Amino acid sequence: MSPSPDIETLQGEVRGFRERLIELREILLANVIMCGEVPSPAFHEQALINFLRDRFTESSLQNISTDEAQNVTGILPGTEGKRNILVSAHVDKIWDKSIDHSVTVAEDRLTGPGVADNSLGVATVASLPLILNRLGIELKSNLILLGSTRSMGRGDLGGLRFFVENTKAPIHTAVCVEGIQLGRLSYSSLGMIRLEIRLFTPERMDWADADTTGAIVELHGVIDRILRIRTPQQPETSIILGSIIAGNAFNTPPTQATLRLEVRSLQPGMVAEILQQIEEIVAEVNAENRARAEIRVIARRRPGGIAFNHPLVRAARSIMGALDIKAKVAPSTGELSALADKGIPCLTLGVTKGEKKHEIDETVFVEPIFKGIAQIIGVIQAIDGGLCDE
Amino acid sequence: MSKIEKWLEKNTFHHGEFWDILAMIKEKEKKGLTISLCIPTLNEEKTIGKEIVIFKSELMDRYPLIDEFAVIDSGSTDRTCEVAAQFGADVYLSKDILPSQGFKRGKGENLWKAIYQLKGDIICYVDADIKNIHPRFVTGLVGPLIAHDSTQYVKAFYDRPLAFSQGIRPSGGGRVTEILVRPLFSLFFPELTALIQPLSGEYAVRREVLEQIPFPIGYGVETSHLMDVYMKYGLDAFAQTDLDQRVHRNQSTLDLGKMSFGILQSFLNRMEAYGHVDKLPEMSNIFRQFQAEGNRYEQTLKEIIEEERPPMITLPEYRKRFGRTAPNA
Repeated sequence: MSPSPDIETLQGEVRGFRERLIELREILLANVIMCGEVPSPAFHEQALINFLRDRFTESSLQNISTDEAQNVTGILPGTEGKRNILVSAHVDKIWDKSIDHSVTVAEDRLTGPGVADNSLGVATVASLPLILNRLGIELKSNLILLGSTRSMGRGDLGGLRFFVENTKAPIHTAVCVEGIQLGRLSYSSLGMIRLEIRLFTPERMDWADADTTGAIVELHGVIDRILRIRTPQQPETSIILGSIIAGNAFNTPPTQATLRLEVRSLQPGMVAEILQQIEEIVAEVNAENRARAEIRVIARRRPGGIAFNHPLVRAARSIMGALDIKAKVAPSTGELSALADKGIPCLTLGVTKGEKKHEIDETVFVEPIFKGIAQIIGVIQAIDGGLCDE
Repeated sequence: MSKIEKWLEKNTFHHGEFWDILAMIKEKEKKGLTISLCIPTLNEEKTIGKEIVIFKSELMDRYPLIDEFAVIDSGSTDRTCEVAAQFGADVYLSKDILPSQGFKRGKGENLWKAIYQLKGDIICYVDADIKNIHPRFVTGLVGPLIAHDSTQYVKAFYDRPLAFSQGIRPSGGGRVTEILVRPLFSLFFPELTALIQPLSGEYAVRREVLEQIPFPIGYGVETSHLMDVYMKYGLDAFAQTDLDQRVHRNQSTLDLGKMSFGILQSFLNRMEAYGHVDKLPEMSNIFRQFQAEGNRYEQTLKEIIEEERPPMITLPEYRKRFGRTAPNA
């Protein structure tokens, strides 16, 4: 057994990675472009999964397979194989396949729908076996690479949940890779619930002011009541009103209105408490009999994860420090929570700086990518070396 | 089976037949061939970066199919050259190559100077304005040259419409191809109509052929290549590969007019060079177009006879009716 490195040795090593990763620039960017130009909305990720599977095959990974949730996995066996490290990236994007998925390459940046969320993340996972090989790194642990499906919106982390429920290989520690932002360090997940409230008003109302009221006015009443719900400032709790859909014309009151909102909190039980209050508001509207209201839970996460002083977080901060990456701690509502639910220590890390997330000209910057990948390799090595064990 | 049908059967490929890059590299090394990739540019900063990244990654770094990779620029005023150099292409200014020959502005000039500058036994030319660039744009073109020693010149064509309602669909080239070049070829070089897209800017050619033919510097370069290679080596020297879809910017009708004018000039120059101008060869009455069914391409032949009637005044019936006299009476 080779002696495990200490964190100082690793810090020294990762500083040298950046230069050597630049030699792989075109391969990395080509992977981002190819991942970016394949449409991959949640539940329709087949094409991108195929791409990733081909890359796994070209890298001679073992046990390459697609599961019932369409996730693709491949294993890079370790020299000892005593533990399994999971590195995952979600392959679904928010964009429908009908939009133009072309990626544009300028000297310092790549632009296109989904390049940051999450083509760069997927491309990083696709490139990892080659990167480790070029850096001459042999891990003791098995590295399980995963492209997970159905993570966003209504997908509700379906792919990753299926994987952690059903995997036969126990996961020791996991790293989730997101395209942006470099410096992101998520280790805990918020309790979260996403709701859709729909209001229906009758086509013809039989009271006097029927021509001026409608679903929008009723929805306004509901929003007003939701905003009166008291939320604690500590632990951090918030109600985010994300979207309103109602009406088509200037002069016709709509008969339907939809509100989408998210409630999130670090305090266990708080989300459920707020949900109960919102359900009461909806019941009240129905009781008042002017409009019919429906409420649906679209997605739900339990709070969880590891603590700030967990050795995994500490090791990640040391690696980031060595690379002059300013760590920005932020709880996650993404993949991390599916892993945290299963008690798997996990981090979410960003690969590079970017802007215009979720806009059609979503952009990632090329230069910081190498630092971001050096960081991910460093963290994987720290886990592999046992530096992140509690 | 006619000669064209036989050629279509034997020399028309789909890029999918050349998916196995490793096998191609083996064969290429066995035959001792080297391949240069040339991208002629003029103000293409929006698309050039992606082409370079994809080709360098997939055809040099990951799989060493291409030995040399160059951008030859006509004097871009945007950041085309900087972007190309950033991602590791060799960038040459057309005016710096063979300065003794002077500099002419035009794509054909860049293609011509590439023969001098680049060292490969095969030169593959790919335009820089392709939005959906993919390694197939190169593998599909050099594939037939690596596999078949008798093939000299491989031309791209693009088919595969995303939606069509029946089994058989019309196929063919762009507007200038269908309105100008195909009618001209049908009349004077019927065998050349076998090429589905004679004007496509993507082709791979052996050096021994490139060094033997003149290069119009402007729009006529593709048309005249086909005519010259055909006259020298015959139809069997050609092959064509379906590269599926090509997404690029659309040109206005006015631009297509300029292009057609350039093509006609080159065409008539060739006709003069072959001694066809004073003595036009027999013109064919058969117009040749394309239809496709799945991956099968066949020509549809239509006899179009433009018969003529004499001037009305030469008819006695007419002269009698209107009291006219015969023209030379």
